[in-house]
Amino acid sequence: MPRISSGLGFNDHLGGCKARWGLGRMDYIVPPGLYAIGHPTAHDPVLVTANYKMSYDIIRRTLTERNIWLLVLETYGINVWCAAGKGTFGTGEVVRRVTSTGLAQVVSHRCLMLPILGAPGVAAHQVAQRCGFKVSYATIRAADLPEYLDNGLVTTPGMQKLTFDLYERLVLIPVEVVLASKSLLIAAAVVMLVCGLSGGVSTGIMALFAYIGAVLTGIVIGPLLLPWLPGRSFAVKGAVAGLAWTTCFRMLTAGAGWSWAATVAALLALPAVSAFYTLNFTGCTTYTSRSGVRKEMRLGLPLMGGALALGVVLLVLGRYI
Amino acid sequence: MKDFRYLKDVVTLELDRAGCIGCGRCVEVCPHQVFVVSEKKAVMQDRDACMECGACALNCPVKAITVDAGVGCASGLINEWLQERKLGKLSGGSCCS
Repeated sequence: MPRISSGLGFNDHLGGCKARWGLGRMDYIVPPGLYAIGHPTAHDPVLVTANYKMSYDIIRRTLTERNIWLLVLETYGINVWCAAGKGTFGTGEVVRRVTSTGLAQVVSHRCLMLPILGAPGVAAHQVAQRCGFKVSYATIRAADLPEYLDNGLVTTPGMQKLTFDLYERLVLIPVEVVLASKSLLIAAAVVMLVCGLSGGVSTGIMALFAYIGAVLTGIVIGPLLLPWLPGRSFAVKGAVAGLAWTTCFRMLTAGAGWSWAATVAALLALPAVSAFYTLNFTGCTTYTSRSGVRKEMRLGLPLMGGALALGVVLLVLGRYI
Repeated sequence: MKDFRYLKDVVTLELDRAGCIGCGRCVEVCPHQVFVVSEKKAVMQDRDACMECGACALNCPVKAITVDAGVGCASGLINEWLQERKLGKLSGGSCCS
């Protein structure tokens, strides 16, 4: 039985930081199986988690100086919440891992503690039927586990409430920027080429700045200012942030000889770009629904596409008027 | 999540009160406190807070809850549409897809 240390070292922190920036994120894993934190006995509780190393690290750090069993499921390096959505943090894997680790011989009780965000993948009553272990959904955050354990395994209302504060949003942004960078580079090259060819190098560079700014506004500013941007729709929030960016950019570069057509084109196209990227952040949030995103896309994508196309047409026509 | 409210009247969450046995699992698994148990039956007290994660439906032992659960990000949905039409996949796709 592997006994694991509950302190995190430099490499754990470095690894976590790299994963946040998308470096080797999909290979940041620990082998699935049963681990001992401290010196647990047959009576100590069993906590279930995913084999994403960041999930595992957060758990073992939180449970410093406690005796507890940690059952790590094979989720292919994906965190609990996303793996539950995909079904890899699921009923079948819980049953399989309980069986393959011989958990029933290691502990005398028949209880498993699962993170609440694992519930979209696990049917508690089926786990009980199939392997005899009763599932309790403990807390949302690992940070609440010590209180839960000290509290006689009772989930307080606070432990069951999702939050999405500024810091929680901030740590999600780096990987979004990295993931968007590939398509960003291609699109930026096209923007610069088209504008450069039709209006000279300086126009091309300016358009490139405007475009990258609009993308970053959508990916970074939209999510950070989420509660303060108007409306419930993410596309609207992104468009408002994009409009603010376009206005700032237009004012800062006022000396560059903007034609009225270029101004209108920028006011149409850039907010549409920001709106798309902020809408995509719905995948990172913990309160948007699939039906809501679908509705936003059905209404928003044609509008964004239309605004973008109209902007390009205006820009081209503007050169001949 | 009082600071964060998403669109109104869009979610597909449905509860069959007649089938409910009042076990309270839905209350336990919902991270947005959509359900409460009242008079031995579950009630949706805040349906618009639902994020369609599907935890309640999966954990309901009598299948009294239904919801269309799944990936909820824009690129994930675009990929779903593309794959349904066998048009490949968006590059740079992220999150859970």
